[in-house]
Amino acid sequence: MTHALSTNALSKTYSNGFEALKAVDLKVEKGDFFALLGSNGAGKTTAIGIICGLITPTSGSVEIDGLNQGKNINEVKRKIGLMPQEFNFNPHEPNIEILINQAGYFGINRKEATLRAEVLLKKVNLWDRRLEVPQSLSGGMKRRLMLARALMHNPEILILDEPTAGVDVEIRRSMWRFLKQLNQEGLTIILTTHYLEEAESMCRNIAILNEGEIVAQSSMKALLKKAKHQVLIFECVESLSNSIKIKNCECEVLDAHTLQVTLPESTTISAVITKLLLQNVSVANIRSAQNRLENLFLSLTSKDE
Amino acid sequence: MWIAYQTIVVKEILRFARIWVQTIVPPVVTTSLYLLIFGGLMGERIGHMQGIDYLHFIVPGIILMTVIMQSYANTVSSFFMTKYNHSFEELLVSPIPNWIILLGFVSGGVVRGLCVGLAVTFSISFFVEISIYSYSILALSFLLTSVMFALAGFINAIFAKSFDDISIVPTFVLLPLTYLGGMFYSIDILPSFWRSLSAFNPIYYMMDGFRLGMLGVGSTDLYLAFIVPLLMIVMLVAVALYLLKKGVNTKT
Repeated sequence: MTHALSTNALSKTYSNGFEALKAVDLKVEKGDFFALLGSNGAGKTTAIGIICGLITPTSGSVEIDGLNQGKNINEVKRKIGLMPQEFNFNPHEPNIEILINQAGYFGINRKEATLRAEVLLKKVNLWDRRLEVPQSLSGGMKRRLMLARALMHNPEILILDEPTAGVDVEIRRSMWRFLKQLNQEGLTIILTTHYLEEAESMCRNIAILNEGEIVAQSSMKALLKKAKHQVLIFECVESLSNSIKIKNCECEVLDAHTLQVTLPESTTISAVITKLLLQNVSVANIRSAQNRLENLFLSLTSKDE
Repeated sequence: MWIAYQTIVVKEILRFARIWVQTIVPPVVTTSLYLLIFGGLMGERIGHMQGIDYLHFIVPGIILMTVIMQSYANTVSSFFMTKYNHSFEELLVSPIPNWIILLGFVSGGVVRGLCVGLAVTFSISFFVEISIYSYSILALSFLLTSVMFALAGFINAIFAKSFDDISIVPTFVLLPLTYLGGMFYSIDILPSFWRSLSAFNPIYYMMDGFRLGMLGVGSTDLYLAFIVPLLMIVMLVAVALYLLKKGVNTKT
């Protein structure tokens, strides 16, 4: 089966001797919403830079839709849209011109590019700011401008490097809705983010990079099954005493009506509720204290492990 | 590819046109001052040079100096800024061959050289009656000179890592070479040692060709005025394409 993206033993050692990637094998299926996670310096941006042709790998290869990147660089570039982590546009150029020029670099004529720019600027709520320059935009607006720019040439794969960093909640959610819609229309999306909860809810498959190596790569479901425990907050009707105990679980009374319970994989939530009821505590509400993916991520990338 | 080239050129033209107060006005003011001081006030005392009165003699030099400086300044500042604000990545992720990127930036430099050169010529026409000996020699001489210096500016920008790096070459290399290339004088008046030394200055040949195209007088063979910049262009194109291919200071 042809993958949208596949890397083979991809390695990068910078001139200062830092090994950013160590023989990384990544596989992303067509139409996937794929999360590439890792802490700062794990090698995510280097991997993305190599895939997009911004960074030269030390060894290894990249294939996009079955095409070897080294041998078909221009064809490969046409298939990829990149929204980088750092702002990388001319701060003095009008926003709409940035989009039209980017389309021009891909061989799209000005007339068609202007139409596409209008559609995309409206989608990312920047149409009213089209004649302004990026300097006058907020951080979140600049990110949306970069998203629109990445889509100007109708790529088959969209690579998003920290797309929602600095974006407020409302706009972030509208961006996710837009991305989900694009994915449903068939666009393959590869995402790096620090918002693990969002990666968990958006992405079907995941790879975790740690110090330049892949430490986990599977479907999101399969990976989450590996989570050994989850931490839940129980808001209780009755006042809690410090003597509350549940077999196999760690309990911590946070305040008079709030209990934090760490559940092992083998214990179900209904079992916890039953045990609380037996201690004359009824539950009004339950919420997750920590994201499961976050726990797993920390256990896979922690240096203490 | 044609659309990509067109996009880069239009972007380059709009860039310098948007900041016309910085890019077009200063050379016009400076050259008017040159003409007023060197030509108008001192020129009468100098008399004639190669049979031409001094005020007329320095006009081609002043115009070509402007073309050299502006073609160079356009590519060096524009390309350095694309590196500085990382907008060069827009080009790197696009399917544009390196030669198109180079051609686009150089074309931008040539257009700026032409625009400022014409603006300067227009301002000079208020002081001196402009006459053209040969339009074809003048046009070819202008084109080769501006292409060569736009290329040089591009290479400077590739190596530059700070704003200082883009001002060192124009100040300490380009300006002295221009002044010593016969801008204000004919090298015929130099002692033989200095005249021989001037033969190693490529600007001398370009200046001579341009002056021949404008005034009909020159110090050297016309073919040298074309061959020297042409050879320089071939060499600079090869260097620039090599640097782009290797990703020197543009890719990691």
